[in-house]
Amino acid sequence: MTALQNLTPNPIAHLTDADIENLGAELDAIREQVLTSRGQRDADYIRSVITAQRRLELGSRAILLFSLFPPAWLIGTLGLSISKIVENMEIGHNVMHGQWDWMRDPAIHSTTWEWDNASPADLWKHSHNELHHTYTNVLGKDHDLGYGIMRVDEDQPWSPFLLFQPLTNLVNACFFEYGIALYDLEIGKYLKGRSDKADFRAKVTKVLAKVRRQATRDYVLHPLLSGPSALTTLTANMTANLVRNLWTHAVIMCGHFPEGVQTYAKTSIAGETRAQWYLRQMLGSANISGSPAMHFMTGNLSFQIEHHLFPDLPSNRYQEIAPKVQEVFERYGLTYTTGSLPRQVASAWKKIIRLSLPNKPTPAPGEPASSTGPRCEPVQSRTG
Amino acid sequence: MTTTRPRPGVPAGLRNTFARWAERVTTPLLPNDYLDLFDPLRSPARLRGRITAILPETRDAVTVVIKPGNGWRAHRPGQFLRLGVDVDGVRHWRCYSITSAPGRADGCLSITVKAVPGGIVSHHLVRHAAAGTIVSLDAATGEFTLASPPPARILFLTAGSGITPVMGMLRSPGLTTEHDVVVVHSAPTAGDVIFGGELRMLARTGRIRLVEIHTRDDGRLDPARLTGLVGNITDRSTWACGPETFLTAIESHWAAAGITHRLRTERFRPAPVATGEGGTVTFSATGTSVETDGTRSLLESGESAGVLMPSGCRMGICFGCVAPLRRGAVRDLRNGTLTTATDDGDGVVIQTCVSAAAGDCDVAL
Repeated sequence: MTALQNLTPNPIAHLTDADIENLGAELDAIREQVLTSRGQRDADYIRSVITAQRRLELGSRAILLFSLFPPAWLIGTLGLSISKIVENMEIGHNVMHGQWDWMRDPAIHSTTWEWDNASPADLWKHSHNELHHTYTNVLGKDHDLGYGIMRVDEDQPWSPFLLFQPLTNLVNACFFEYGIALYDLEIGKYLKGRSDKADFRAKVTKVLAKVRRQATRDYVLHPLLSGPSALTTLTANMTANLVRNLWTHAVIMCGHFPEGVQTYAKTSIAGETRAQWYLRQMLGSANISGSPAMHFMTGNLSFQIEHHLFPDLPSNRYQEIAPKVQEVFERYGLTYTTGSLPRQVASAWKKIIRLSLPNKPTPAPGEPASSTGPRCEPVQSRTG
Repeated sequence: MTTTRPRPGVPAGLRNTFARWAERVTTPLLPNDYLDLFDPLRSPARLRGRITAILPETRDAVTVVIKPGNGWRAHRPGQFLRLGVDVDGVRHWRCYSITSAPGRADGCLSITVKAVPGGIVSHHLVRHAAAGTIVSLDAATGEFTLASPPPARILFLTAGSGITPVMGMLRSPGLTTEHDVVVVHSAPTAGDVIFGGELRMLARTGRIRLVEIHTRDDGRLDPARLTGLVGNITDRSTWACGPETFLTAIESHWAAAGITHRLRTERFRPAPVATGEGGTVTFSATGTSVETDGTRSLLESGESAGVLMPSGCRMGICFGCVAPLRRGAVRDLRNGTLTTATDDGDGVVIQTCVSAAAGDCDVAL
């Protein structure tokens, strides 16, 4: 397996420029259908999710006041873990995407939302909404591809440090919220001298303040409020944060790391049209199949393809449009990458382990990544 | 922030300390976010109300009775409030005159709404709203109020829903039989007179002198006829409220008579903003104005005019560029959807990177 060789035929070779523009128009039509039918039902949905999550959190934290009793610890920790996951994924991530801005409710708005996570909302919105969603899977532009600490594509350079990347990934999974906060600081950019020093220092101060507030709440104040149950509440809160970190990390790994997902060279996106951008999102994302409960717990990021096509549509609608999107994939002869959670997690892990080693030597010369092929053409197609 | 009167007994310092610690326990949310789950009306910082009844007035007008939450301060008769109502999931803000007297025994207030053609909020309130709904409120405001104590001789000139602030004054306990009050009200027909029954009752009991002008038969009120209808108008303090043409006619008549100081008028919010292609975009925080066409994004217009515009993906996906639209109309460059705002935005925010001016507009940047 090599970086510079196409192991399978180019997945979009059969599409003409006109085909791609038609495909874009069809996707625009799907988006329009949701926009025109968006209304009370959707507003009721997000409000009921937010209310339910806050009740669950309150209830769980109340039960944890008596966490000295093992059943209370268990129920409270389970409830708090679920509450934190829902708060981060179905609510926080989606609200900060502006999916609910249309309601004009300042209490549920991308510009005012702050989430239960180490990364401050504005830093996260910049690195996630602006960089990752715009430059999805573009090598050297989208740092979500391995978060700058791992190699998840053959075309990313190898270094000996990457031998440890399975361990790096495991540690990152356990401390994922802090990983995101560090990532959102864009330390790499700073070290290369490409960011303003004062600006960077201000961001660090902001992150540290948020981390301190979050940690004080979970690891000091709530345990103290629990009196004799202080120590067990501390372990409960640590467990809930760990569970949330492991779960969110697993789900997010499934979005762009599994085998079959395409990556792109920087040069390939110059002058990209909206339709070509759609196509890149279609081939650069992977879904997770499963039950409605699973979809909900992933914040509907299990519909990663739909989310990447339409990041600002309400999350409750992704499931609804998924069959239409899948039908477009089929009609245009494109592969809709999806699989069960265990399968996709395993696939992503396999890739991380495989790419911890350098690429095998190239048996035959292939097309270089920076070649000027058709626009949107993936750097490499790979079936694993 | 809303200021609240300190509760007796608890020193402010101690209360602030408690509030700070409570916020540390609930971060990143505020204690209110959780307390709202139990009682959405309790927080004075987020003034809300609950609709307790909707009473029909005419075939296209209703009185909405609202129980305001903590933080509501009694209005002065004639004032209006801003009301935030969710219609099909979207919050809309509108101003309505308060038609109830201050200090009602049940703590409620009322507004009276006439369904106007194409009016999203008025139509919703008249046809669809139900008791139990939570609405957002802003403090009562407005200078179109009854002086305290009220002058001895009063003339109220109203047309259509212009009767609403005046009804608030007529119902206030400050007005008694001591006062010589004349109400000249214009409406298309007798059946269209909002509060018709109550006004006629007030007239029968001698509280007011009522002149109804039914414009379908009588034609519009000509201010020159007023002296004939109600006698000398020059010594009466006058409050006038109604449509624009109605008010301009009255204003010029009063000006011609040299008694402008005796006239107070109230205009309801202007008609829907003019929409077109392009227009003058004002970035009000920086005080910059720029002429644009209907194809250029506000983001580009602002940037080229040197306004520090927040921006992100520049293609409508990241929401890094959102800014409040204070006034005016913009069109979504992707699908042509029109978004309008009046009265300081009412919470309308737009993505500047995919919005173009559709008429003059004012962006809070």
